[in-house]
Amino acid sequence: MGRFIYRRLVHGLIVIFGVTIIVFVVTRMVGDPVQVMLPLESTLEQRAAFEKKLGLDRPIYIQFGEFLGNIARLDFGESLWQKRPAMDIVFEKLPMTMLLTAVGIGFACAAAIPLGIIAALRPGGMVDRVTVFGSLLGLSVPQFWLGLLFIVLFAVQFKILPTSGAATPAHIIMPALTMGLPTLARLVMLVRSSMIDELNQQYVKTSFAKGLPFVRVVGLHALRNAGLPIMTLVGWEVIRSLAGYSVVVETVFAWPGIGLTAIQAIERDDLILIQAIVFTAAVCVVVINIALDFIYKLIDPRLKLT
Amino acid sequence: MNDCQNTPLLEVRNLVVNFYTRGGVVQASRGVSFQVAHGQTLGIVGESGSGKSVAVQAVMGLISNPGRIEGGDILFRGRSLLDPAGRKFVRKVRGKEIAMIFQDPMTSLNPVFTIGTQITEVLRHHLGMTRDQARKRAMDLLGLVDINAPEKRLKQYPYEMSGGMRQRVMIAMALACEPRLIIADEPTTALDVTIQAQILELLADLQQRLEVSVILITHDLGVVAQLCHRVAVMYAGRIVEVGDADQVFASPVHPYTKGLIRATPRLDVVTERMVSIDGVPPDLISPPQGCAFSPRCDQAKNDCLRSQTLTPLGDDRHVSCWCAIKGDTR
Ligand SMILES: Nc1ncnc2c1ncn2[C@@H]1O[C@H](COP(=O)(O)OP(=O)(O)OP(=O)(O)O)[C@@H](O)[C@H]1O
Ligand SMILES: [Mg+2]
Repeated sequence: MGRFIYRRLVHGLIVIFGVTIIVFVVTRMVGDPVQVMLPLESTLEQRAAFEKKLGLDRPIYIQFGEFLGNIARLDFGESLWQKRPAMDIVFEKLPMTMLLTAVGIGFACAAAIPLGIIAALRPGGMVDRVTVFGSLLGLSVPQFWLGLLFIVLFAVQFKILPTSGAATPAHIIMPALTMGLPTLARLVMLVRSSMIDELNQQYVKTSFAKGLPFVRVVGLHALRNAGLPIMTLVGWEVIRSLAGYSVVVETVFAWPGIGLTAIQAIERDDLILIQAIVFTAAVCVVVINIALDFIYKLIDPRLKLT
Repeated sequence: MNDCQNTPLLEVRNLVVNFYTRGGVVQASRGVSFQVAHGQTLGIVGESGSGKSVAVQAVMGLISNPGRIEGGDILFRGRSLLDPAGRKFVRKVRGKEIAMIFQDPMTSLNPVFTIGTQITEVLRHHLGMTRDQARKRAMDLLGLVDINAPEKRLKQYPYEMSGGMRQRVMIAMALACEPRLIIADEPTTALDVTIQAQILELLADLQQRLEVSVILITHDLGVVAQLCHRVAVMYAGRIVEVGDADQVFASPVHPYTKGLIRATPRLDVVTERMVSIDGVPPDLISPPQGCAFSPRCDQAKNDCLRSQTLTPLGDDRHVSCWCAIKGDTR
């Protein structure tokens, strides 16, 4: 166990270090930061002063060392756009994306698991066919279009939900639905097929022969065995969302999350903020992967943590 | 115990089970009838696909999806397990009074739960035991099936055990609620030979000590001769001969039974050659008219195309064969 955590941490640090290098190189290669950040009409003196301020006049390896040192203190510098520490902005926006992801994917799981199970109980039956059809439909609709549809429907037509922002709890409903539906569509297909496989296993017969209640056999014995593929997909959806895919939903609904912020930072050439966001996303991915490995082990004790 | 001793513990009457598959309706049971008395062991033998498993799965209520029970009745302690009013009864009986052991111990246990959980859940569900009570009882049960260090074993997962050990666990689980009937569907087929003997010995020993009735499905006639009081021979979804095991083996009546016995290698007798039964088992989607064995039978005559039923032949022996009933058994 301790060995596992140690290995995973080392592994994670390597990944994060790699990302750091890439961020450092890319932001310094893709054009001259000074050029990008200062207005066109600034004088040479202004440019030199700015270079000095950012430390860009020193050798590259010193810059990199300092960059690493700052990152270790979670100090990326001030956002050029908002004139305050980039990490403060990340810490303000990231929880909003986490909230959106949790509600959206939570909703997807809550709907997909029972639905997939019911469909799997009678493959080819009514529920099954409706589920498969609905899920294919859900998969073929672009997410932004889904969001716009919701706005037209619930905000414009029926006027029951607010369109944008995050002022009240009701504000999360539409973005979360929009985020959750494609996930729901993917997940329900997976739950269905995994459960069909499991329900045909011999141990299910044994469990019924033991006289156990239907709900226990299906919802505990079979579902836990189907848990690994389900968790893999859920984990992937969470990672995807936190690593930037939430940007579609956040843009449509002006949800003040990290995805929207990333887009804005890119539009404003705020290299400092972009660096902070990319770095944070990498850390999120690493942490979630470690957590997933623990969850796998909880679901299936046969797995060895290595 | 206080049920009237004359009614058999289990009685299957004219059971009809069909599977609605894409290729057609598979008639897996075409009027199966047999009885199991208190404390008795019934062996069921017959070629692969003859419907042995389907018949006992119907008793356990395990026939699912493409399959349907479409006729006959199953009486346990004189009460029907099939009529709609008996639903509650079935729920009480399955896993508690009738328990089942399956063929493949490698897949019969749930891989992601401990042995302990899988044994105690039966006890907690049927007998309402607390966690502690169930754990103690589970340890006793493991002792009963000769598994040592039960405390340690309860915490293990199936993958940490050998096939023989898992089958012992399955037996322990079956015994959990002190059932009156244990159905063992080829309990040793998946095990290697030495382990097979151990498991069968264990079953026989438990059967005698606990006075439980057993239905033992097997392909091994030697095992039937050793362990079973009675034997039923199945062919193409029907029982073609049933009777006292010793008598059936000593003087088989149905040509199929004779063929089976001839096809069994014997260690104590130097046989000229092993004789297999010519021909292939019939297709259960469109089984032959009348006696299903007649196309393979060297004594077949015109009568065999007429349908026949199990007919008593004295000594509690029943046979379904026109030749045998007419007396010219040869
Ligand atoms: N779920 C099912 N779907 C379709 N057909 C089935 C199903 N289960 C059993 N059958 C059919 O019923 C017939 C009897 O099968 P069964 O499993 O009872 O044979 P068996 O006598 O137990 O054979 P074995 O000795 O190989 O175990 C076979 O023809 C089989 O194809
Ligand atoms: Mg079978």
